[in-house]
Amino acid sequence: MSDATVFPEKKPQGPKGSLLVQDARTKRRNAAESRFKVYGMLAVATGLCFLVMLLWAIISNGTQAFSQTFVTFEVELLESKLDKKGARNIDDIKKVSTFGYTPLIQNSLLKEVEARGIDTPLSKGKDMKAILSASAAAQLRDFVIANPDKIGTTHEFRFLASSRVDGYLKGRVTRDSIARDKNIKAAHLDLVDGLKEAGVLKKTFNWSFVTGSDASDTRPEAAGMGVSMLGSLFMMLVVLGLSLPIGVAASIYLEEFAPQNRWTDLIEVNISNLAAVPSIVFGILGLAVFIQFAHLPQSAPLVGGLVLTLMTLPTIIIATRASLKSVPPSIRDAALGVGASKMQSVFHHVLPLAAPGILTGTIIGLAQALGETAPLLLIGMVGFIASNYPEGVMDGFVAPNSAMPAQIYEWAKRADPAFYERAWGGIIILLVFLITMNIIAILLRRRFERRW
Amino acid sequence: MYDAPNLGAKVDQKAIKISAKNCQVYYGDTHAIKDVDIEIEDKTVTAFIGPSGCGKSTFLRCLNRMNDTIDICRVEGDILLDGEDIYDKKVDPVQLRAKVGMVFQKPNPFPKSIYDNIAYGPRIHGLARNKADLDEIVEKSLRRGAIWDEVKDRLHSPGTGLSGGQQQRLCIARAVATEPEVLLMDEPCSALDPIATAQVEELIDELRTQYSVVIVTHSMQQAARVSQKTAFFHLGNLVEYDDTGTIFTNPRDERTESYITGRIG
Amino acid sequence: MPVLWIVVLVLALGGAGYVMGRMRAMASAGGDARHLHSLPNYYGMHVFLAATVPSLLLLVIWLLVQPLVINSQIAHHIPSDTVAEGSSLSLVMADVRRVADGLDTAVAAGAMTEQQAGSIRTEFTDIRARLGEVGVALGANVRPEVLKAAQSYRSLNTTYTLFLTIVAVGLSLAGLAYAWLRSHKDFRARNVVESVVKSLLILASTIAVLTTVGIVLSLIFNTVEFFKLYPATSFFFEPTWLPSFGGGIDSDGNPLSKLGILPLLWGTLYISLIALAVAVPIGLFAAIYLSEYAGIHTRSVAKPLIEVLAGIPTIVYGLFALLTVGPLLVDVFGQGGILGVGWMQGGTAVMTAGLVMGIMLIPFVSSLSDDIINAVPQAMRDGSLGLGATKSETIRQVVLPAALPGIVGAILLAASRAIGETMIVVLGAGAAARLSLNPFDAMTTVTAKIVSQLTGDADFASPEALVAFALGMTLFLVTLALNIFALYIVRKYREQYE
Repeated sequence: MSDATVFPEKKPQGPKGSLLVQDARTKRRNAAESRFKVYGMLAVATGLCFLVMLLWAIISNGTQAFSQTFVTFEVELLESKLDKKGARNIDDIKKVSTFGYTPLIQNSLLKEVEARGIDTPLSKGKDMKAILSASAAAQLRDFVIANPDKIGTTHEFRFLASSRVDGYLKGRVTRDSIARDKNIKAAHLDLVDGLKEAGVLKKTFNWSFVTGSDASDTRPEAAGMGVSMLGSLFMMLVVLGLSLPIGVAASIYLEEFAPQNRWTDLIEVNISNLAAVPSIVFGILGLAVFIQFAHLPQSAPLVGGLVLTLMTLPTIIIATRASLKSVPPSIRDAALGVGASKMQSVFHHVLPLAAPGILTGTIIGLAQALGETAPLLLIGMVGFIASNYPEGVMDGFVAPNSAMPAQIYEWAKRADPAFYERAWGGIIILLVFLITMNIIAILLRRRFERRW
Repeated sequence: MYDAPNLGAKVDQKAIKISAKNCQVYYGDTHAIKDVDIEIEDKTVTAFIGPSGCGKSTFLRCLNRMNDTIDICRVEGDILLDGEDIYDKKVDPVQLRAKVGMVFQKPNPFPKSIYDNIAYGPRIHGLARNKADLDEIVEKSLRRGAIWDEVKDRLHSPGTGLSGGQQQRLCIARAVATEPEVLLMDEPCSALDPIATAQVEELIDELRTQYSVVIVTHSMQQAARVSQKTAFFHLGNLVEYDDTGTIFTNPRDERTESYITGRIG
Repeated sequence: MPVLWIVVLVLALGGAGYVMGRMRAMASAGGDARHLHSLPNYYGMHVFLAATVPSLLLLVIWLLVQPLVINSQIAHHIPSDTVAEGSSLSLVMADVRRVADGLDTAVAAGAMTEQQAGSIRTEFTDIRARLGEVGVALGANVRPEVLKAAQSYRSLNTTYTLFLTIVAVGLSLAGLAYAWLRSHKDFRARNVVESVVKSLLILASTIAVLTTVGIVLSLIFNTVEFFKLYPATSFFFEPTWLPSFGGGIDSDGNPLSKLGILPLLWGTLYISLIALAVAVPIGLFAAIYLSEYAGIHTRSVAKPLIEVLAGIPTIVYGLFALLTVGPLLVDVFGQGGILGVGWMQGGTAVMTAGLVMGIMLIPFVSSLSDDIINAVPQAMRDGSLGLGATKSETIRQVVLPAALPGIVGAILLAASRAIGETMIVVLGAGAAARLSLNPFDAMTTVTAKIVSQLTGDADFASPEALVAFALGMTLFLVTLALNIFALYIVRKYREQYE
């Protein structure tokens, strides 16, 4: 080799020193190696640490929403206040507003306090206002209207305590924090301690948080997720009903039938870009097209469902195409070989084999849609609207409603910190749904995973 | 086990560079290499031949501990380089690999310039004091790799842009640049066309003057052309190890004879 | 909901057609399915499709066109002098629709008979009060022209819906009859059905394109509307964002609101930069560790756990920013905090939102980088290790440079996510639009302002609301450009190693 002779040949270096002794450079390089590895471990640890922090914040703040303080005592349903004419005419009874019930409840509680011999400087019925939720009067009124014959008798009721009292029992409200609070005084807290000891006031599991409706700004203790959960349910029905058939149909065309041309290329590029368009833009689309242009009802789960469908479609199409692609061509050839049409080979053989993958993708897409908030804000699914249960299936689709994440956002924006607890609690409920859906998806994948 | 040839007579000609004793390799539960004893000489080309899956590549990768990167791989027995056990706890594979370079089946230039490909090893091992030093090493290595004339005008274009044969010679030059004492080559010509193969084979012959070269090959002709010693592996056993001429003209083991005459393989 | 009934009726006709078509085909073959050209089900399917598809398509198109037609017809009824100064025809039309809806509600609630709704006059009845009784709140008293228009709107609506019912059902019946008559043993039912199904598949696949078209059109129309009311130069170059409450114009005819996008863009950029500064190093190192160092067990545990972060809805991150991270940062950087620096006034700040968004993006960066690092061929690593490089030298000098284009693509995708993220900034970044360098100041972003401008009570036709569409357009274009570029890079990268 002529090249090699140009350089005066160095003596081959011979043994470079023993392998058993690390030279200084190797030591340095190995130190760099371990440092690098530590950076990696730190990064993973930081990521996991963030996850733990997040979960801890959710659980430590949210679990309290599932317990609630109630006050139980007997109320005498005075005929003189509730039905002055005594005729038990339901229209007359309805004329008494909640203002008529409030003193009744407050005086009964005062009586209970006196009967239990709890020492308190609070001596007037009105002083009890701070203890009870503002919803107590409505609760009593609803009871009386439903059972007019009970007027004149004495009945035991379980009323929600006010959010301040609830917060005091949960440690959110302290004697220091109420110094400037005009809704509650230290004397009330003393009374609460007394009532708690007497067993009148108790913290129990709060079903109405899971099943109830949203409540106005002044009654955080009465707010629940139930109605917005229904809103989410109806939205998901729309999303499932539209995005699954459309998504599967689109994927089948693109994967099995579409010729390679500009039009298909355009569709492909479109789908991959739509998957990355910010969700808020879909909200703008929904607002402009479904509400401004098509005049569909505002705040309706139907519209929310339509917007989320458009948002979920790319996810489902991508997942479906992947699982169609994983069905080996030999299956198609086999079907075609026995004289099936292309359409038959797809619908009879390819689609059933790809079904588990499609289902998994759909569930994941639905989970994504369930947690999405931003577009819902633009079509008006936020605000104090999840206050009534829908009256039927049709109503469920078109009547104004919120959705779980939008309800959480609504609570997070309100001024009273008592709503924050509700927001965290709402997140727990939302996450339970998401985790369930994801576990189903994982199980499906495990159960039906096929290696060709 | 084959009967060890009387190596004592040859020791005075060439020093022993690598010697393996009772070497066993396991992949999980599979016993891939069984009881291999071999002594590889310095300044010699040693060829490992044998049918596919016979363990020749596995054994080659043990010689510079490339098998360490595979989690389930386990090596037992001793492999000595210049009398030092390379599987000793104190040995750093990084230092070992600087001494025992490797060239792979498929040319694998880094996605960098030709210059940076060659300079990579010297840089990480700190072989150059300055830029001029490094330039010198690069040129020398490319010359030893017999590719200098083809690339000297485009040292800064990407190494991936070369043809297959050029890429493989670049990889050999890259391995040479770290000043190794042993060069391991794992079927270096299997991805090349006959002309490129001829060039690489010529290069291997040149390298023999300075290094101990161990080459795994599928092609018996190639082994016959480039090597002085040949080892025949079969089913994880080292069947026969002798001078190349002896192996191809007068094999002692029946299996070796079957293989070189094409009856098994 | 008459539309629902039309759909049900048409589907029922289709169902009947299926049975009829099948039976007729079987009869023509003398009851022996072997004499048929296609399987009997295809004959049924053929009649079903003929009865439903054209009719339902007509229904959809009709429903889209009907409001347009009615609008233009009603617009003729409204004398031009009714359109008050500073108002527009579309505002009057909105009034008309509101009154018409109110009348519908009143009829449905039984407060009015259908006849009354059609005949009441503002001269004799206080419409606002009557509608108020059934819970329909109107902003102002109803003018006679508007009421008249509303009444004719209702009657037109009724007429058209009746038409629609007749036409849709008629079309369905015609389709059924035609297809039924063709159901004969020699008829190639399968081929016809398959080509119809194929067209339906094509139709489904165009929805994606239609969505994009819908997005672009709705953004463009409203943005153009906005620029008619507000100068584009001020929007793009004015350094203040100060929408005046309730809108209005000053004596020179310029809007009182200052709607400059610059402070919003700055806020968006700043928050995204902080988010990337958190997510990229952590995500990248985590991906490197998990793909190159971690054992199979660590990987199988840690990778899905980190990816859990990606499955958590953004509202959760928003709440986490608002209620946990914000207060935590104030405790450290705020007045009387641990550091005693007093840089931070409130919990909502660029830092809060950026940090939390960074956490959200970690799995995004790490799983994309993981894929990309794994795509680097093992031969490349072997080559480097065979030369005596350590693992970290191999990663830094061979694997990462080889993976660089892909990683850049991943980071761009993450940036586009950060720019488009809404809930975290709405809750965590604050509402004040300002151009500041202090990362502990509250700032706001494009997405946050889209939400606040469109969820308020602002009139839809005012520049204060329309600006949201211009903001949306900007956001859409920026993210689209980033996505296309990133996807292009990633695709090129993948091809390189395939």
